[in-house]
Amino acid sequence: MDFSVAMLQIKPKLGRVADNLSLLKEQVEMAIEQKADLAVLPELALTGYFLKDLVPEVALGIESPELAILKELSKRISITVGFVEVTSDYQFYNSAAWFEGGELKHLHRKVYLPTYGLFDEQRYLGRGDRFRAFDTKFGRVGLLVCEDMWHLSAPYLLAMDGATTLVCLSSSPGRGVDHGELGTATAWHNLTTATARFLTCRVIYINRVGYEDGVAFWGGSHVVAPSGEIVTAAPEFEPSLTLARLVEAELRRERIASPLLRDENISITLRELAKIDRERGC
Amino acid sequence: MSLLNINTKLVRRILVGFLRDEILKVGAKKAVLGLSGGIDSALVCHLAAEALGSENVYAICMPYKTSNPESEAHARLVAEASGVRFSVLPITPMVDAYFEQLPDADNMRRGNKMARERMTILFDHSALYGALVLGTSNKTELLLGYGTLYGDMASALNPIGDLYKTQIWQLSEEVEVPRPVIDKKPSADLWAGQTDEEELGFTYREVDELLYRMVDQRAGVDELVSEGFNREFIGSIYNKVQNSHFKRRLPVIAKVSGRTIDRDFRYSRDWGK
Repeated sequence: MDFSVAMLQIKPKLGRVADNLSLLKEQVEMAIEQKADLAVLPELALTGYFLKDLVPEVALGIESPELAILKELSKRISITVGFVEVTSDYQFYNSAAWFEGGELKHLHRKVYLPTYGLFDEQRYLGRGDRFRAFDTKFGRVGLLVCEDMWHLSAPYLLAMDGATTLVCLSSSPGRGVDHGELGTATAWHNLTTATARFLTCRVIYINRVGYEDGVAFWGGSHVVAPSGEIVTAAPEFEPSLTLARLVEAELRRERIASPLLRDENISITLRELAKIDRERGC
Repeated sequence: MSLLNINTKLVRRILVGFLRDEILKVGAKKAVLGLSGGIDSALVCHLAAEALGSENVYAICMPYKTSNPESEAHARLVAEASGVRFSVLPITPMVDAYFEQLPDADNMRRGNKMARERMTILFDHSALYGALVLGTSNKTELLLGYGTLYGDMASALNPIGDLYKTQIWQLSEEVEVPRPVIDKKPSADLWAGQTDEEELGFTYREVDELLYRMVDQRAGVDELVSEGFNREFIGSIYNKVQNSHFKRRLPVIAKVSGRTIDRDFRYSRDWGK
């Protein structure tokens, strides 16, 4: 089906869950007013990014009253949102939830936690262990959290699992000012457009804005058509609510024109990976 | 094209946004800075005026009796061009009062004292105006340690600390810092005729090329030598960076507890903001 997505490119406050929840509610209400069918929010939208030792203080159980508010709102609009999840055995994850029709449809725990350069996620957070697509009103969807998308296997697995729409929730720090465009923006544009094209999927990329300790999150959320064209983009560095229309016929057309997934051979991939795994002695 | 070329419009946007965001979110709306007449503080002054509105920026020129009179004139020029609030507060009485008791002090001690005197004035005006102190140290001098700890290196926020001097020149063109300030030779202005490049023994452009390859791109010594950098120069710069590292860190705390500040008690500075 055709649907309208609202990219809620927000500026969360670091460690202020109550304030951020109010902001999210307000933004989602605006998306409802603008007749969007899906509201997408960035990675760690409820908490901010450079949390460090704040992780246990801002973490929410999946049944928490805070998330229940978003779950309730999802009776009126589908919502995907990033937060710190705590489990009953006190594991902490950088998670993304998809709420729809008043229910939790899917929970993805970020698998690839960057721990290099300015990133230190693995020090504070546990690692997810799966990539699974799931059914929504808008067809089958796959969720990725930021760095997940930098691992080819992650969107590949989601597409193999039937996802036709990939949603990547991000908190991407802007850096690299020596070329025409911001270095990080160029890198992400290459990544999302190539992924869409390789997998003939639509890609929705939602990034936050604002500064934390001098680091600028660059925004620039966008939607990529299955052809690899960026169809709608939010401004860079500024908070915004940007609407984009996703058209089912474009997906159909692209899958007919480029039947790459039809021809993809899981058996070869599995056999060769098994061989590589064996030979590496993993 | 030099490796150090930057997209000045993009950098301007990021830095103006940085000042606005980081100042407003702590509940302040004003900034104070020392305006020396040199290019670094001129650039910060222009960026701050753009970020906060010129009426919210307090620029203070704090000359010592040996400072070049041209410096104050240039500071005034920058204040007029950027429209900020400007005042002159000479530090000669305070500095001289101190060294009357310690007359044997060398130039380095005197220079450090002046830098720290200026710091106390800026932080006092921070309290007076409810304004945050802006740092004006660039990446070249921060890496080389060419600054006074708790003096000109002290600030609440530094918009230009990730830009090499070569890039400061480029960005200053973009924000239209007055021409004489861009064109003149950089100087710490501790005594008449002093220039940074003479004191350091190399030009900023030379050292910036090396620092960029060494620090930003993590090039190894052999790689740098093969590119034409002098081995002794590489070694001396590496030593400067290493030996001044203490200036870029908080004071070391002796660990005795299970949770020590900055070691295993870790929060962002923007905690809760």
